Amino acid sequence: MRKKTTDSNSKSITIKKPLQRGRKVSQGVMFIMFRIAAVINGLALLIIVYFLIKNGWRAINWTFLTQSPMDSMTKGGILPCIVGTLCLSIGAVAFALPIGIASAIYLHEYARPGRLMRIIRLGINNLAGVPSVIFGLFGLAFFVTWLHFGVSILSGALTLGALSLPVIIGASEEALRAVPQTYREASLALGATKWQTIYKVVLPTALPGILTGAILGLSRAAGETAPIMFTAAVFFTPRLPTSLFDEIMALPYHIYVLATAGTEIEQTRHLQYGTALVLIVLILGMNLVAIIYRSRLRGRMLL
Amino acid sequence: MLKDRYQKERLIKNIFFSIALASITILFLIVLFLFIEGVPIFKVVSIKDFLFGKYWYPTSEPPDFGIFPLIAASLAVTALSSSLAIPLGVMTAIYLAEIATYRLRELVKPIVELLAALPSVVIGFFGMVIVAPFLQSAFGIPTGLNLFNASLMLAFMSVPTICSISEDAIYSVSQEIKEASLALGATHWQTIYRVVIPASLSGITTAVILGMSRAIGETMVVLMVAGGATLIPTSIFDPVRPMPASIAAEMAEAPFRSDHYYALFAIGIILFLFTLAFNMIADHIAHKYKQVGTATL
Repeated sequence: MRKKTTDSNSKSITIKKPLQRGRKVSQGVMFIMFRIAAVINGLALLIIVYFLIKNGWRAINWTFLTQSPMDSMTKGGILPCIVGTLCLSIGAVAFALPIGIASAIYLHEYARPGRLMRIIRLGINNLAGVPSVIFGLFGLAFFVTWLHFGVSILSGALTLGALSLPVIIGASEEALRAVPQTYREASLALGATKWQTIYKVVLPTALPGILTGAILGLSRAAGETAPIMFTAAVFFTPRLPTSLFDEIMALPYHIYVLATAGTEIEQTRHLQYGTALVLIVLILGMNLVAIIYRSRLRGRMLL
Repeated sequence: MLKDRYQKERLIKNIFFSIALASITILFLIVLFLFIEGVPIFKVVSIKDFLFGKYWYPTSEPPDFGIFPLIAASLAVTALSSSLAIPLGVMTAIYLAEIATYRLRELVKPIVELLAALPSVVIGFFGMVIVAPFLQSAFGIPTGLNLFNASLMLAFMSVPTICSISEDAIYSVSQEIKEASLALGATHWQTIYRVVIPASLSGITTAVILGMSRAIGETMVVLMVAGGATLIPTSIFDPVRPMPASIAAEMAEAPFRSDHYYALFAIGIILFLFTLAFNMIADHIAHKYKQVGTATL
C-alpha cells in the first residue's frame, strides 16, 4: 500500500485520475445503498402503521373502547382486553422495577469488576435472550402449577415481570451511569456514607432515566403474547377482573384469537384491525414518550 | 457509632447483592422447571429418536414424537431471515454511525427503536392479512403462509437488535484511527471497510448472533405466519412449523402432564439450549475480542 502511493506521486497522473474517479464512484454507490437500507427500515414501520390505521380507524369508537365483546366475539368492544393488558403490564413492572433498580445499583455502585460480576451479567444477558414462549412454559410450570396461582393475573404479571427484568436493569444502569462521578465524590467528601450518597444524591438524579426504563418495561410487557397464553389470558371472560387470581383477556392475545381461532375470521377483520391499532397506539405511544423524554434528559445532562 | 454505620453499610450492600442475584435465580428456575416437566418424555422415546425422528404426530395413536421437522423449520426460518436481516441491519448501523448527519441520526434511530417495539403479534397479524395474500397472488403459490413470509417478518424483528448493537460498536471506534486512515488518502468508504468494520467486527458479530437468537426464539410471528405444517422444508414457499410455534399452538390442547405435554416442554429445553448457545457465543466474542481503543488494530 505505502509503496503504491509514493509511486503514484510522480509517475503517472494519467493513471491516477480514473483511479480517483473509481474510488469516488464506489463510495457513492455504497453510500446510496446504506441510505436505502436506512430508508427500508423507515418504510417497513410506515407500511405496517399505515395499513393498521387505514383498516382499523373505522372500528374504533366509544362503544368499541368501553364495551365487552358480544355475540361470541363478533361484535362489541374490547374493554376487558384493555383492562387486562393494563393489569398485566402494571403488575409486571411493579414486580420487576424494584428488583431491576436494586440490581442496577449493585452492579453499578457496589460491584467490582471480576468473576462474580461477570457471572451476574451473564445471567442477565441470558435471561434477556430467553425466548418468550419459554417464559410462558416457565410461568405455567412454576407460577400456575407449582405455586398453585392458577391461570391468573398474578401468574401472568410475574411471568411478564421476569421477562421485562433485563430491560429495566439495562435502562436503570444507563441512568446511573449518566450521574456524574463528581456528584458522588462531593457527597462522600461531606461525610455521607455510600448508602446515603446513593439514596440522597445518585438516585434522585437518576430517577428520570429510571422512569424511562420503567416505561420501556411497561411497553414490553404490554405487547407480549406468548408468555401470557398459558399463564393469564383466556379466549373470553364476560366480566372484568376483581382479584389477582382472576383470569383475564388481553389485547395481544385477543388479536391472536380473533385472527386465527375466532368464529368468523373474515367478518371480524375490522375488530382485529381495531384491536391491533389500539395495541400499537398504546405501545408506540409509550415508547415515543420514553424516547423524547430520554433525549431531553441527555441534552440536560450534557449541559 | 462509626462501627454501627459500617455494619449498616455492609448490610445494605449485602441486600443489594442478594437482589442482584434475582436474574440468575430466575434463569436457574427456568432451566429447573423446563427439565422437571420435559425430561419424563424421554421415558417414552429415546433422546435420539426425539431429536432425529422425522414424524411429529403427538395426538395420533400410537403417537410419534420426532421433532426433526420442527428443528429443521426453526433453522431454515432463522437462516433465511438472517440472510435478509444481517445486510439490512449492519448497513443501517453503518449509515447511522458513519454517514448520517446528526439530525438524520436523531430521526432514524427512534424509527429503529419503534420498529423494535412493535409487538410480535402485530407483526404476525400484518404478515397474515397483508403480506400472505400479496405473496400468494404475486408468486402464484397455494398459500402465502410459508417459510418465506415468516422469514421476512422475522427479519424485521431482528433488524433492530442487529442494528442497535452494531451501531454502538461502530460508533465507538476511536476517531484517531479513522483520521489516520483518511490522512493516508483513503476515501471515507475505504476507511469504513478497511478500518472501521475490522475494528468493530467483534461487536458486529455479537449483534448478528443476538439477532439470530431473537429470530429462532420468536413465537407469535412463526405461529401465525409460518403455515404450521410439520414438514421438512424443501422450498422457501413450503409451510413449516418451527419449534416455538409447536409449543404455543399445542400447549392449550395437550392434556396436563400427558406425554404430549412433556414433549412440548422437551421442545422448550431444545429451544432454550439453542438460544443459550447463541447467547454464550455472543458473550464470549464480546468479551474475548473486546474493543479497547486503538489497540484493536
